[in-house]
Amino acid sequence: MSMLEVAGLGHAYGGVDAVSDVSFVVEPGELVCIVGPSGCGKSTLLRCIAGLLPPTRGTVSLHGDRVVGVPSDLAVVFQDYSRSLLPWRTVAGNVEFPLRDRGLSTVERRSRVEEALSWVGLSEAAGKHPFELSGGMQQRVSIARALAYRPALMLMDEPFASVDAQTRADLEDLVLTVRASAGMTVLLVTHDIDESVYLADRVLVLSQSPATVVETLKVDLSSPRDQITTRGTDTFVRLRTEIARQIRR
Amino acid sequence: MRWWVRVAVLLGALVVWQLVSVLAANPYFPPPLRILEAAARLWPSAHFTADVLPSLARVFGGWAAASVVGVAFGVALGRSRALADYFEFVFTFLRTLPPPLLVPVFMLVFGISTEMEVVTIAFGTVWPVLLNAVDGARSVDPVLADTARVFRLSRARWIFGVVLPAAGPKIFAGLRVSLSIALILMVISEVVGATSGIGYQLGTAQGASDLPGMWAWIALISLLGYLLNRGLLAVEHRALAWSRP
Ligand SMILES: Nc1ncnc2c1ncn2[C@@H]1O[C@H](COP(=O)(O)OP(=O)(O)OP(=O)(O)O)[C@@H](O)[C@H]1O
Ligand SMILES: [Mg+2]
Repeated sequence: MSMLEVAGLGHAYGGVDAVSDVSFVVEPGELVCIVGPSGCGKSTLLRCIAGLLPPTRGTVSLHGDRVVGVPSDLAVVFQDYSRSLLPWRTVAGNVEFPLRDRGLSTVERRSRVEEALSWVGLSEAAGKHPFELSGGMQQRVSIARALAYRPALMLMDEPFASVDAQTRADLEDLVLTVRASAGMTVLLVTHDIDESVYLADRVLVLSQSPATVVETLKVDLSSPRDQITTRGTDTFVRLRTEIARQIRR
Repeated sequence: MRWWVRVAVLLGALVVWQLVSVLAANPYFPPPLRILEAAARLWPSAHFTADVLPSLARVFGGWAAASVVGVAFGVALGRSRALADYFEFVFTFLRTLPPPLLVPVFMLVFGISTEMEVVTIAFGTVWPVLLNAVDGARSVDPVLADTARVFRLSRARWIFGVVLPAAGPKIFAGLRVSLSIALILMVISEVVGATSGIGYQLGTAQGASDLPGMWAWIALISLLGYLLNRGLLAVEHRALAWSRP
């Protein structure tokens, strides 16, 4: 059974369409990237999939069950990452917070927090508060929080937008590694075409607002991927050119 | 500013006051040294346990009850559209009633008793806490609310772990306003309807035309107000350390 099935999904804000007619399927363990022009409705689409926003038209199903409320086993890395952190909790406290209602022992929670913080390179900052961190560090906290939660489906909305190039490459590889080891399914929104090709098994290209899927591209690059060699292959170059042409259209 | 500058200014003001009041020799405005004399006679005496402590207990009792009720209702109203629709009108009406007006009513209901004073204080102080808590609970960032939904926080964790801390700065602002109102209502209700307390002693001193005594009680009230506010600020400072980057 597919992990996620989106069928004829549309959303209008007060009569104005933001997402017009989107259908696609994500298989378990797949990493799918969504690219599309700014303001085309990507965040709206993710919010509908997460069950945060009731779609105006169409359906979302997870494991074959129609999504009405927020499903369990789902995590979101929000585009407004800094506003999604609890300012009164430390970095470790923020990562640990959602684990408290998951029936985990204190020891288990602590080890997950430590592990996730070391993944994103923030072990040293565990005791700091969000306001003491740079934007990129806050973004990594919200990624660590989602990873520590170990969802079956991870939705990420431009998760690497405000980190430097090196950290970005590290985080991309981190997502690939964790995805492989935890068997996590990932749906990731990005405006960076290269990033979508590097990360994805498939790339969905969205149209201008209101969004529809204009193209689905299978990324037949070998795994594991490598920041230097993968990006130099002919397949990579061909795919990014193709996507760029689709988006320009 | 350095603390000794402040103390110097305060002492200077007292000296000027002493000189002016001695020169003016108006019996209604006794010199500060006479007031100090009266204070030394009244404050530490039997009045401390018989009057000062009961007054403080009434202030704390009424204010604490109002705070609990105000925060609980405020958070509920702030997070529930339906509740707000039902109750907002009632509350807007009730809070425009000046609490001292209700003292005669409460006196009939409860008699001259501690209940009467505590209820008066609680009724007068609940509104700033409640309205600020409503505001604070509504101010939870929508992205934070979405985050809580995505991670499927339990109701208790959502309220106590997200809404209350987010509303904290507003709630403390309400608590400070209501604490000063509590002090005023303590005095008013004790002057008219009590057999003990600072307000009662103020009324008694007035009856005996003991002006230095009256001023001594007034000075005690403002000193208490200052100390209570300082104490609350210290608590607030610790609780809201995160909100002052
Ligand atoms: N809460 C809202 N109310 C009304 N209109 C909205 C709301 N949220 C988004 N929109 C509109 O819907 C459209 C799509 O917005 P959305 O945030 O989904 O786009 P996006 O693709 O995520 O953009 P970006 O690339 O900037 O993140 C935009 O035109 C936006 O103005
Ligand atoms: Mg967006």
